[in-house]
Amino acid sequence: MRLKALSLLAAVALLAAACESAPEQGANANAGGQVTPPAATNPNAVQPGSQADLRATAGDRVFFAFDKSDITPESRQILQKQADWLKKYPNVTVTIEGHCDERGTREYNLALGERRATAVKNVLVALGIPANRISTISYGKERPAVVGSNEAAWAQNRRGVTTVN
Amino acid sequence: MTVLRLAAGLCRRSLALAFALVLASGVAARADLHLDITKGKIAPLPIAIPDFAGAGPNEAQMGRDLTQVMSADLERSGLFQPLDQRAFIQKNTDTKTEPRFGDWRLINAQALVTGDVATQPDGRIHIEFRLWDVLAEQHLTGFGYTTTQQNWRRIAHIIADQIYQRITGETGYFDTRIVYISETGPQDRRIKRLAIMDQDGANHRFLTDGRSLVLTPRFSPTAQEITYLSYIRGTPRVYLFNIDTGQQEILGDFPGMTFAPRFSPDGNKVIMSLALNGKTSIYTMDLRTRQATRITDSPAIDTSPCYSPDGKQIVFNSDRGGTQQLYTMNADGTDIKRISFGNGRYGTPVWSPRGDLIAFTKFDASQFYIGVMQPDGSHERLLTQAFLVEGPTWAPNGRVLMFFKQTPTDSKGHGGVTRLYSIDLTGYNEREVVTPQDASDPAWSPLIP
Repeated sequence: MRLKALSLLAAVALLAAACESAPEQGANANAGGQVTPPAATNPNAVQPGSQADLRATAGDRVFFAFDKSDITPESRQILQKQADWLKKYPNVTVTIEGHCDERGTREYNLALGERRATAVKNVLVALGIPANRISTISYGKERPAVVGSNEAAWAQNRRGVTTVN
Repeated sequence: MTVLRLAAGLCRRSLALAFALVLASGVAARADLHLDITKGKIAPLPIAIPDFAGAGPNEAQMGRDLTQVMSADLERSGLFQPLDQRAFIQKNTDTKTEPRFGDWRLINAQALVTGDVATQPDGRIHIEFRLWDVLAEQHLTGFGYTTTQQNWRRIAHIIADQIYQRITGETGYFDTRIVYISETGPQDRRIKRLAIMDQDGANHRFLTDGRSLVLTPRFSPTAQEITYLSYIRGTPRVYLFNIDTGQQEILGDFPGMTFAPRFSPDGNKVIMSLALNGKTSIYTMDLRTRQATRITDSPAIDTSPCYSPDGKQIVFNSDRGGTQQLYTMNADGTDIKRISFGNGRYGTPVWSPRGDLIAFTKFDASQFYIGVMQPDGSHERLLTQAFLVEGPTWAPNGRVLMFFKQTPTDSKGHGGVTRLYSIDLTGYNEREVVTPQDASDPAWSPLIP
């Protein structure tokens, strides 16, 4: 059963890996106490409880409208999946990063990023994840995900990203 | 770094004489050489600055260096037009002999600066200068300074400040420094370092190494300390940096993000924002007792606080009314009043050192603006606009603003050029402030004590 689940995860991971390279694995990537897949045999395997796993299973980010921190119905679905995933790995802790697009003053955007991160955290807590597993940080407009001064880039940059510690 | 301002006995007598002459000859002569810098675009005043005389080769070199630095200061102000030295008819000038005014009138100089440099027995240098009204054939001002060799640039700035002040009636701003954020690398992985330089770009140095993200530095009233935001421990917090010792110190122990710091005018407090659980409030931290005091309390974002120069009021921006707007309040948080009512969003309010205006960033219809308004919100005036301009900071005389401008970035990551600019309060004389790399978040120091 477990093997089956793992091979399924690995398949998903291959798909994910095709899109982007794996992020740096934090020290707690294996904190969920799950069996580590034999990484040597499959370098693209996703470690259960890792950032890549979260991204493949639930999606690791939600997006916001300009100068808003409201959680949209689509975002709520993603956060429901994140909550389910977090329940599966009860030892995993996460940090919610709040980000903004470049159209705003630096200091206001830092505050807005914090508000967005808190909005994400509040949903996860309401879905049953203990608040002490979730910390928040704001990067304001300092760390865009997509470069470019255009609507498409801005939409990608107004985000809350759940990152595995 | 102390500068001794010594008017020698002889100098003091001639100064007294000069001032007496100016007073006696009445308004006409004074009016000739007075620039009213409040009136929009004005023709710069032609000024001749021959190299300061020096007895030996070292002194002569320093004399040349001094005049170059002060000429550049005066030229950048947009108020003076230093004349080409090659046009000068009188080749040798010093402070001991009266200039041949006719020679200077011939090349249309209205003001003339003469000076000399001497080395004292103790190795320090003595620099004297005189400012002359060429048409009225009058001595306007003059001082002597004794200082160490390496301090010569400051003397050049101080003399430029004296000339600016005598001609415009306003205090100068050349003996000042800029602290700012130096930027390198791609837009999504920007490396940011705290950097400091003289107002003219000289003596540039980095204060942090770029390993942690730093933002929004601001000077203390003595220009000895900087308060800024750093992610050095992984979490964004307000820090203090001592320029002389290089020591960094976290300010307070808050449960959430602290940011947007500024010193109070007396230097005893830092005012800043604390973001916690989705709401951002304004706090002060007493630097002696380390006591934190909450100033605002609302579910909104209250940030970018700045004291009025008398310390009695605070201006800040808040979205408590729906969008980001400017508000003033008493220093204790009472009597909150909205002051911005134009179209768009308003942020980063900064009270002028003169107290008469508040500079701000405005965002409206996909354009950013730097503007000023009176503290009651009236007489809004926009000085410059671009895809992104942000973060005005005042020269200590309240006549010039500095800010940063960023160009748009295309989807390949090209563009995003970020540079510092200065502009007169009149909206004229916008110029790049040259930095070695990209630059943002400038803060202009007070006159160096």
